[in-house]
Amino acid sequence: MSTSPSLATDTDILAEAERWKRMGYGVAIATVVETWGSAPRPVGSHLIIDNEGNFLGSVSGGCVEGAVVSEALEVIETGKPKLLEFGVADETAWKVGLSCGGKIVVHVVRVA
Amino acid sequence: MQIDQLAELNRCRAARDAVAIVTDLMTGEARLVTPEAVQSDPLAFFSFDASASREPVPTSLAEAIVEAFRTGKSGMVETPAGKVFINVHVPPVKLVITGAVHISQALADMARVVGLDCVIVDPRTAFATPERFPGTRVIAEWPDVALPPLGLDRYTAFVALTHDPKVDDPAILHALSKGCFYLGTLGSRKTHAKRLERLAAAGASEADLARLHAPVGLDIGAVSPAEIAVSILAEIIAAMRKKPKRDAPAKALASEVEAGSREENA
Repeated sequence: MSTSPSLATDTDILAEAERWKRMGYGVAIATVVETWGSAPRPVGSHLIIDNEGNFLGSVSGGCVEGAVVSEALEVIETGKPKLLEFGVADETAWKVGLSCGGKIVVHVVRVA
Repeated sequence: MQIDQLAELNRCRAARDAVAIVTDLMTGEARLVTPEAVQSDPLAFFSFDASASREPVPTSLAEAIVEAFRTGKSGMVETPAGKVFINVHVPPVKLVITGAVHISQALADMARVVGLDCVIVDPRTAFATPERFPGTRVIAEWPDVALPPLGLDRYTAFVALTHDPKVDDPAILHALSKGCFYLGTLGSRKTHAKRLERLAAAGASEADLARLHAPVGLDIGAVSPAEIAVSILAEIIAAMRKKPKRDAPAKALASEVEAGSREENA
């Protein structure tokens, strides 16, 4: 699926999710629901995923998108929502201020 | 989430209507709640014990949703029935200014940096030129023509800066009727006292008049137009982000009494 690179805001992302669904794709919406420490994307940020693994938006600035996408594929398949928690793997990474430090919780639901 | 809910959410956002998606994180069940419908929402009866917290926190889901609408911040709420996520979608804040004056030149630039969508209205064509306001929308019309199409609302800050009652007064009355979250009016205490008399005569209630910030801007001793713009922008941000203090009226009264006694001593 081709998407415009100019889609930068969450408004556009949610409009795009609606469009994908109407085009007949299976769609999941992932939302950052909680953050601790230096989380790069604020609570309420969205990532949308289709049943082919295409995605748009971001929940972490790149750190955990891959994992969220593969979990989302399962959510699209089963319809069961998921609450995913991602933490810091490396204590040093956080101390030196990497933007992927901190902890986030992401909720993934299917668009029915 | 149902496709109909997603479509309704997208429609609200396009129309600059505030809306919250309230999701039960255990079941994934989501509902759309508008500011008008918070109290009648079936989830709103949830109340929880907040006595353990030192911070003033909401004691019911309804309160948490109202707070989310006010601050524009989404967040998680722990209820006795589990975790609930409130994702609040509020429109970007708009800043409408009457008066294409020096202060507005600085204020428009600073507002853009902060992410406010700024529009300037002034019928005096010599002032309201695009050259004086690069990058900002300027409308050289009277407020009665310029303001209605701009769609002022509770996510709009309004500032009156012309010093001319013919321009400022009708604009202030319009901004009051639209429920703008911030109204600032330029002028000394004397000028403002006269303005209050005129607005009252035009039908503004006492409660309306109490909403006007005058003299405009935080008291930081600003002198130059750019400094005054900083003080106005800071006051707008405070109105946007800060929780109203429960004892605010008492404090305001106390500081007025203090100011009064200082003036007497002067």
